[in-house]
Amino acid sequence: MSVDTPRLIPHHASRRRNVTAAVGLTILGGWVLIALFGWLIRPFDPTDFISYEMYAPEKGALLGTDYMGRDLFSRLLSGTPVTLGMSFLATLVSHLLGVSAGLTAAMRGGAVDMVLSRIVDVMLSLPNIIVGLMVVAALGSSVSVLILTTGFVYSASVFRIARALANDVRSLDFVRAAQARGEGTLWLSSGEILPNILKPLAADFALRLGFVLLFISSLSFLGLGVQPPLADWGALVRENMSGLSSGKLAPVYPALAIASVTIALNLLVDAWSDRSIGQGNARGAAK
Amino acid sequence: MISEAKRTGPVVLEISDLTIVPVAGGRPAVRNAGFRIHAGETLAIIGESGSGKSTISMACLGHVRPGLRVAAGSIRLLGTELIGADIGVLRRIRGQQVAYVAQSAAASFNPASRIDPQVIEPSLIHGTRSREAALERAHSLYRRLNLPTPDTIGRRYPHQVSGGQLQRFMLAMGLMEDPQLLVLDEPTSALDATTQVEVLAVMRDAVRGSNRAAIFVSHDLPVVAQMADRILVMRHGEVVEEGPAELILNAPGHPYTRELVAAFRSISEHVAGAVADSGTAAPAQADIILSASGLDAGYGIRSGGGPAVLAVNSVDFSLVRSRILAVVGESGSGKSSLAQVIAGLLPPSRGVVKFNGCPLSPAVGGRSKNELRAVQILFQMADTALNPQRTVGQTLGRVLWYFHRMPRDQRRTRIAELLEMVRLPAHYASRLPGQLSGGEKQRVTLARALAAEPEVLICDEITSALDTLVGTAILELIDDLRRRLALSVIFISHDLPKVASIADEILVMRLGKVVEVGPAGQVLTAPQHPYTRLLIQSSPEMDRGWLEGAAERSRKLVETLGN
Repeated sequence: MSVDTPRLIPHHASRRRNVTAAVGLTILGGWVLIALFGWLIRPFDPTDFISYEMYAPEKGALLGTDYMGRDLFSRLLSGTPVTLGMSFLATLVSHLLGVSAGLTAAMRGGAVDMVLSRIVDVMLSLPNIIVGLMVVAALGSSVSVLILTTGFVYSASVFRIARALANDVRSLDFVRAAQARGEGTLWLSSGEILPNILKPLAADFALRLGFVLLFISSLSFLGLGVQPPLADWGALVRENMSGLSSGKLAPVYPALAIASVTIALNLLVDAWSDRSIGQGNARGAAK
Repeated sequence: MISEAKRTGPVVLEISDLTIVPVAGGRPAVRNAGFRIHAGETLAIIGESGSGKSTISMACLGHVRPGLRVAAGSIRLLGTELIGADIGVLRRIRGQQVAYVAQSAAASFNPASRIDPQVIEPSLIHGTRSREAALERAHSLYRRLNLPTPDTIGRRYPHQVSGGQLQRFMLAMGLMEDPQLLVLDEPTSALDATTQVEVLAVMRDAVRGSNRAAIFVSHDLPVVAQMADRILVMRHGEVVEEGPAELILNAPGHPYTRELVAAFRSISEHVAGAVADSGTAAPAQADIILSASGLDAGYGIRSGGGPAVLAVNSVDFSLVRSRILAVVGESGSGKSSLAQVIAGLLPPSRGVVKFNGCPLSPAVGGRSKNELRAVQILFQMADTALNPQRTVGQTLGRVLWYFHRMPRDQRRTRIAELLEMVRLPAHYASRLPGQLSGGEKQRVTLARALAAEPEVLICDEITSALDTLVGTAILELIDDLRRRLALSVIFISHDLPKVASIADEILVMRLGKVVEVGPAGQVLTAPQHPYTRLLIQSSPEMDRGWLEGAAERSRKLVETLGN
């Protein structure tokens, strides 16, 4: 009769979880601070040519110069808000689109669900990068086009998750009680269902942010993303590729920056979903 | 007394000063418990959820749930200390000296494997019998447990037998190695009353016919009265009282036990009371607030139109204003589907529900706000009936706003009033459902229904998931509110005696059809349909001799029903 939830996670695991969370949070917090206040600490203007040599060690330049003799460290700092800001906004777009469509599909069911789900099936069957390339080729590459395209492309998987989560909650008695009272779809989805699927959606948001960051960086790396003189991390890798053949580390630094954010996000979600085991599994949602 | 005479047998199990605590700290699950079981004796452990009765029954097998640990005490089974015993020792003991029968047989059998190999597993694991000898023993057990075609039924898969049969297979599994102690953990709680009778009878024969000791864990006092030689009452992890069954049932010493016994006694008195009321004449036609005729409803779509599975089959009913109509039936009778049809959640494929003589739209979407307000539904599982993310105040406030557009400050005073009506303190408004007990949650759902200011209340099994005393209190509350607010109530339940205490009229459903309807007293004392008679006969009474012959009588009635 009494259903006590057994303690699944032993004590030492909870300490490890806290360390994981702390590492993730520190890395991510550091990057956010840099994105906000990086312009205060950068030693040079990121567009100034400080040396006639490329990939050269230069006085005051922490990571040396880039392929055109500009300060790589300053460029990395000024690329941070571009990369993080665009990724965040694009993820936001994907969640706004995906969650509202997913909830609509779950609540309306029938033909509405069928049509939306099949559209999403088509979207998921096309490789993200190809869709991105096509849109950018057609509309040109601007920051807003990039954000909207990326958000749209990733909204398909968000739709799937939101729809599945909403379907689970929809059949519970408190939703039926609200239905029996005659509540409309808007209240049912925003007042009854959404608060109960927010945790797994938040976990998905964090993980999705990592994917989106990689995607935007890939577009920039291919030269279709952010256009010069503005440069995000992906563009910085591309610009300095030629350095690799002569054994220079210039393209490695922005690549490391990308990797560190992605790893930090994963660490955070991991620690967080371990904690919420038993109260609705966040990891289950984070596909 | 029989039980005292038996006490001379050798001690099978002795538990002393047992304390089991959560690993993470907090209130002990079991505190300073101690008792002794002699050979040939059945000890019943009774208590509400969270009383520690399941924890202690598991401990008899030397098992403690993960997250708990034994802090002190000893458990000696036939002279072997189980606490701190080597896993090899425990493995040898389990199945051979002590066996466990769980509440849900359906969850305990592997659905992908046939029954026979699962039942004989204990013999094969312990290497005591060859496969052929084990099968032979299993089949003779099936015969003793009254299973049909005992030599071949074990070749079926678990889903191909009924719930009551599966529970008997689990009992056979427990008896395979002829253990000296059998632990039965709520073995019939998940069964319908008519199935329970037969399972109880074979269980008692299996225990009585040998020198075996048994522990019977239950929350249902009448069931315990049939099975136990001795009764042990637990509450909040402590042993409240222990003694011979007759003594506990007839002269309980502890106040809690007295309350528990009284709760069950009052139910049988209510049946008698309902009989006295049966003279009340049926009121005039105009007083009918809710009615329907020829209702059909079901699930799925058949190609020729209409539902593929008919859950409600040409049902007629009428509810008299400010009276209680009880709808009684077992699982699969269509009683919950009927509730959904009335509430507009399951549109009927034929027939209409009339409210005050006017037809209601089949689905919620077509009903006016006033009609929606007038008919409110309460669900069985209070755990899922409240939005876990919204406080009690927010839940009630939404209904007040939705139906009455009540401004914020007025809402606050009304919420306090509503909570008082269901006898909860006003500060509960700021609590989340997770901070409430099961009974409190059910009170909040009642308050939510009352917030709409309804005329008809549909209660779908609202006390089935609650402990007896908590459920009884809710019943009394509903009966009281009905009088004060002139509510008309449709009370759906599988439990005939419980219904008897409050119903004015009873409607009995079976396989989607109404088999009998009439004033409560008449249905209970002079049932016309054999199924009603079967239902009445199957609900256990406190009388210790009730089970004798009850199974036999039930079997005869089932035959006349011809399924």
